[in-house]
Amino acid sequence: MSAPILPARNAPILQVRELLMRFGGLTAVNRVSFDAMAGDITAVIGPNGAGKTTVFNLITGFYKPSGGEIVLNGPGGPKPLHATVGHRIAQAGVARTFQNIRLFPGMTVLENLLVAQHNTLQAATFFGIGAAFGLGRYRQAEREAVALARRWLEATRLLDRADDPAGALPYGAQRRLEIARAMCTNPVLLCLDEPAAGLNPRESEELAELIQLIRAQGCSILLIEHDMGVVMRISDRVVVLDHGVKIADGTPAEVRADERVIAAYLGEGDEDDVPAAPVEGAA
Amino acid sequence: MSGASRQPNGSHAGGVPHDDDGVPGPGEMGGIPRGPEAPAPRPPVIHALRDAGLAALVAAGLFVPLVGLRTDVGPAGGGLILRTRWADVAILVALVFTGRLAMNLWSAFRPAKRPRTALRAAQLTRIGTFVAPLFLGFAVLMPLLPWTTRYGLDLGVLVLTYVMLGWGLNIVVGLAGLLDLGYVAFYAVGAYTYALLSTTYGLSFWICLPLAGIFAAFAGVLLGFPVLRLRGDYLAIVTLAFGEIIRVVLLNWVSLTGGPNGISGIPRPSFFGLSFSAGGEPGSFADFFGLEPSPTHRAVFLYYLILVLALLTNWVTIRLRRQPLGRAWEALREDEIACRALGINVTNTKLTAFAIGAMFGGFAGAFFATRQAFVSPESFTFIESAIILAIVVLGGLGSQLGVAIAALVLIGGFEAFRDFEEYRMLVFGAAMVVIMVWRPRGLVSTRRPSVALGERKAISGDLVGEGHG
Ligand SMILES: Nc1ncnc2c1ncn2[C@@H]1O[C@H](COP(=O)(O)OP(=O)(O)OP(=O)(O)O)[C@@H](O)[C@H]1O
Ligand SMILES: [Mg+2]
Repeated sequence: MSAPILPARNAPILQVRELLMRFGGLTAVNRVSFDAMAGDITAVIGPNGAGKTTVFNLITGFYKPSGGEIVLNGPGGPKPLHATVGHRIAQAGVARTFQNIRLFPGMTVLENLLVAQHNTLQAATFFGIGAAFGLGRYRQAEREAVALARRWLEATRLLDRADDPAGALPYGAQRRLEIARAMCTNPVLLCLDEPAAGLNPRESEELAELIQLIRAQGCSILLIEHDMGVVMRISDRVVVLDHGVKIADGTPAEVRADERVIAAYLGEGDEDDVPAAPVEGAA
Repeated sequence: MSGASRQPNGSHAGGVPHDDDGVPGPGEMGGIPRGPEAPAPRPPVIHALRDAGLAALVAAGLFVPLVGLRTDVGPAGGGLILRTRWADVAILVALVFTGRLAMNLWSAFRPAKRPRTALRAAQLTRIGTFVAPLFLGFAVLMPLLPWTTRYGLDLGVLVLTYVMLGWGLNIVVGLAGLLDLGYVAFYAVGAYTYALLSTTYGLSFWICLPLAGIFAAFAGVLLGFPVLRLRGDYLAIVTLAFGEIIRVVLLNWVSLTGGPNGISGIPRPSFFGLSFSAGGEPGSFADFFGLEPSPTHRAVFLYYLILVLALLTNWVTIRLRRQPLGRAWEALREDEIACRALGINVTNTKLTAFAIGAMFGGFAGAFFATRQAFVSPESFTFIESAIILAIVVLGGLGSQLGVAIAALVLIGGFEAFRDFEEYRMLVFGAAMVVIMVWRPRGLVSTRRPSVALGERKAISGDLVGEGHG
């Protein structure tokens, strides 16, 4: 796949400024600001209900923020995501996965990955008119799309399941497929919402490798995760939310030592979630 | 990455759709299929008897006061007297007991349900590949067969019209998953477009046909815009209303549409400029080919016309299914939110489904107008929409073959039972209930993948979404 032209490393790919989201009387995200650096894995953590998923939904345009700004410094220059409609955000290079997997269960694994390349393919068909007659240019585009899909299937070890319906895959494979599908949109920023949820330790391990592989290909990553083992090991920077407020922001080591973070987790999380606990090989 | 450590599950060879890795998951595994459950073992006859006895007891409790005791006005017109009907109660309770017992025994001893495996799905697909050419061959040869009567030909035209409408609606309901209860509106728009253009401007059928399609597609977009944000039941209600609005407009815009009187004297179609007049005068079809003038010529021509139109619908649908647009429709049916996250313009994709589905409805409408030579709002009532939707649902959402068979069975059946006027609706209601119980996903419930690296395996209907609007 062609590596997208990225802003220099250590320049922010995503800037979140004073982000505010209210649901009626509830302030789910309260003036949160952070940067995600290009080429980094930025983790967003926090206890349940802290507002992490809401932040993702704001970034990817599923909610309109009550206030604040989100700017993506993608290949096409700065783009204000808070004023962009959902599908255009994805077209601008922000891909995401969902906390509760959202595949197209009745379509095959390969079809799932081709749907992800809809816009590229559609452009190659003159928006459908040429496609009906099977023009050569479309065939070429489809071959390329299948090749890209094949690459991600190999990376996620799903190649032998390519022609099976997505809904029939085991849980862990569905999680990987969702990531493969997001990557088929050729994103500059990949937002993963609890990708390790429900995975066994070995699968989490592989997931961590997959995420690092994706980062190595030049895609920046925003990661929500409860598995502290994974978070602390692979992320470059950790943003901690609690009750919609950012309470810490720094390297994994800094965050682990932060008293407010420990308090937030001890206050309501279970013991596994305590970041100060030994993290190597955490299950 | 490929050198990563092997993981115990997740890479089984050979896809059994029901494998499940047993990960409990954090409460959001709703969509993941589980293996068939084993029924709990218990002595079936005793349990059945006890359950039936309980049901009888409940029935007795209900029927004794409701049926057993009855108050009547006394003979002298004065006070009420109490009448008992224990015999009736006994009969009712016995009925409940035997009914419940039979039901219990049936569910205990019926043959174990065969899981719908990939193998079985593949078998069905193979049967399908035989059946479809067979049907097609029969449809092409039907008018040429010596025993085909004029009535049979007309019935064939009627069935094919519904096949075409079913296929058109299948794009909207079956592929895009948008429940449209007002499809007949587009049929009406097509019919009136042809009727008005040909009677006022004298345009020929072949010019009007694409125009009818375009106007209907336009109506589809017009309907699409306001309803795009609606889902499920709300979408169904608004499309239903749209169908009615079109009909009411046709009924009341007397100066344009002739109101309830409709439009008559619509030109019949011609064969490359040759008319099908009964007289056989110069310039007519019979004269040109040196045939005996016969009204059958026109019927045969109309038959082939609708066959070609229906096949065109089918061809375009099959092609589109393998194109990004068709795939996006199906993805939309499966999960709209995921589509949005992948950068698919949900609005436009829905609109194209409405527009293309409507266009074929418009074509069918133009054909209807030229066949009848007369259109009136009466032909475009809600029941038509309901029949077309029934065809799509019974056939199996998204299945081209299933829709064709359902149209044949439903419309053919309607005609076959014409003699039993007052019972046929009853029979059809019952038949539909039976089919939906027996095959809840329609006659052909499997889905064929649009693309494959290796072999194309049919996908069991349990996994395929039905759309939420
Ligand atoms: N659409 C919505 N309408 C109303 N309230 C919402 C909505 N979405 C989220 N909330 C509320 O906002 C708060 C934050 O929710 P969010 O899903 O962002 O938490 P989270 O950090 O992702 O938690 P978890 O770790 O459990 O996924 C919660 O109190 C939730 O109830
Ligand atoms: Mg969440």
